[in-house]
Amino acid sequence: MKRVYVNEEWCLGCHLCEYNCAFANSGMRDMVSALKDKKIFPRIHVEGDDKITFAVSCRHCTDPLCIKSCIAGAISKKDGVVRIDRNKCVGCLTCVLVCPYGALTPGEDGIMQKCELCLENACGKPACVTGCPNKAIVYEERSKTV
Amino acid sequence: MKRYVIIGNGTAAVGCVEGIRSIDKAGEITVVSEEKHSVYSRPLISYYLEGKTDLERMKYRGDTFYEDNGCRVIYGKRAASIDPEKKQIVLDDGTPLCYDALCVATGSRPFVPPFEGLQTVENKFPFMTLDDALGLERVLTKQSRVLIVGAGLIGLKCAEGIRDRVKSITVCDLADRVLSSILDVDCAAVVQRHLEENGIRFLLGDTAVRFDKATARMKSGKTVDFDILVLAVGVRANTELVKNAGGDVNRGILINTKCETSLPFVWAAGDCTEGFDASFGGTRVIAILPNAYMQGHTAGGNMAGDCAVFDNAIPMNSIGFFGLHMMTAGAYDGEMTEERSENAVKRFFIKDNLLKGFILIGETERAGIYTSMIREKTQLDTIDFAFARKNASNLIYSQKIRRQKFGNEV
Repeated sequence: MKRVYVNEEWCLGCHLCEYNCAFANSGMRDMVSALKDKKIFPRIHVEGDDKITFAVSCRHCTDPLCIKSCIAGAISKKDGVVRIDRNKCVGCLTCVLVCPYGALTPGEDGIMQKCELCLENACGKPACVTGCPNKAIVYEERSKTV
Repeated sequence: MKRYVIIGNGTAAVGCVEGIRSIDKAGEITVVSEEKHSVYSRPLISYYLEGKTDLERMKYRGDTFYEDNGCRVIYGKRAASIDPEKKQIVLDDGTPLCYDALCVATGSRPFVPPFEGLQTVENKFPFMTLDDALGLERVLTKQSRVLIVGAGLIGLKCAEGIRDRVKSITVCDLADRVLSSILDVDCAAVVQRHLEENGIRFLLGDTAVRFDKATARMKSGKTVDFDILVLAVGVRANTELVKNAGGDVNRGILINTKCETSLPFVWAAGDCTEGFDASFGGTRVIAILPNAYMQGHTAGGNMAGDCAVFDNAIPMNSIGFFGLHMMTAGAYDGEMTEERSENAVKRFFIKDNLLKGFILIGETERAGIYTSMIREKTQLDTIDFAFARKNASNLIYSQKIRRQKFGNEV
């Protein structure tokens, strides 16, 4: 299955992926009205310091701890994609407590949201990848071994 | 065709069904459900009273779960006994059910100390099941004065859930602090202050010794008048079925890391069990939802012939009250090191180059990075732990480890 992978050597730390993510999931047509003067709540986050930067989003693990741990049964997997039913989530953050990748953050309303690879929004494929100026984030098939 | 029987219909049972079906798509699965509800999320009962969810959204699985997984559910019946020789259980109405593999997922029940005069109290409720919450909801009004006995997770979540629907809430506990099972003295003080600022009154180091209708006489000599009493002193694992069948039990049904009991062809999962705690290094009851699912899934896989092992269970809780969030995990064993800021406390417990446990209050971002250090027994000298204390970040790993985590399928 295709997933989002990050080549940290190529990451510029520009945070464009965060903006593209927030826009793609805003449901709005115009980036300016979607994001201007607003605090954004993207589903991908750039971590790092002044030397190293890299973007982190859901790994869509083979054996996702978040699904097994969700107290509301709000997280499930369909066609390999780990999804959250925001209608069922109560914002207890147990998924944040168990995700070993630190990949999950709540939305503006305190309810969890997560990368679902932009498959259900207007983008149809990950907006973070499409908009990455240095191709540091890619969307491809990779195996379990290095 | 293999016959599977699961006693219980909670999270562990769902884990068990999904574990079985990950291996065996055809075997017969029978679920014995004492509650007359399809599986729902028990930890959400306080969110229900708070209006943050409803009965429909509390369903832990979709309406077609049992049908999709080929399960027969027997509602409103209790298992009365297990006969491991005959590989049969008998229900409370006398119906026998034969099994090739049995999972005991009977959960726990509220522990109610023998309070003098408790029978004179009209409105009293435990706070564990959906029916408890619905019963409480039927009697509470804006004029209700509520006394909650027990300042643990259950009692305090109940307090949060009903605060805006009642006149006053008093919480008493024999312990000298709130959440004594997951917080140390200093952290409990921070949380207690926050709860008090949100209108909850506490009587700690004190408990009711006698009830006289709507009055509680406390150990300290004080009296508390109330309209509704919530009993949240603690829970006890339902171990009797396995014990009476000759299986090994302690505070819970003893299971190994394959979730096998000491009885042949009998597995157990969830709050009724006592299994290995990887942070503490011995067996204990870890009555939390993630553990129930993971044990259930492990048991189910093994019942269907897999050789699954669940050997990194640890206690862990993520819980918030009135906007203050906290996360705790593992054992508070070893040397304590602390990071404090204006709105947050983080305490880490370190022993033998390993993170054994933590308490985070007010700052919980990416806490799973800490949890994984405990579960995966990360040697702290292989990561930048000095940085990690301040920031849960993937920057603490070497580039090689990061490439494994983010450059490969995981």
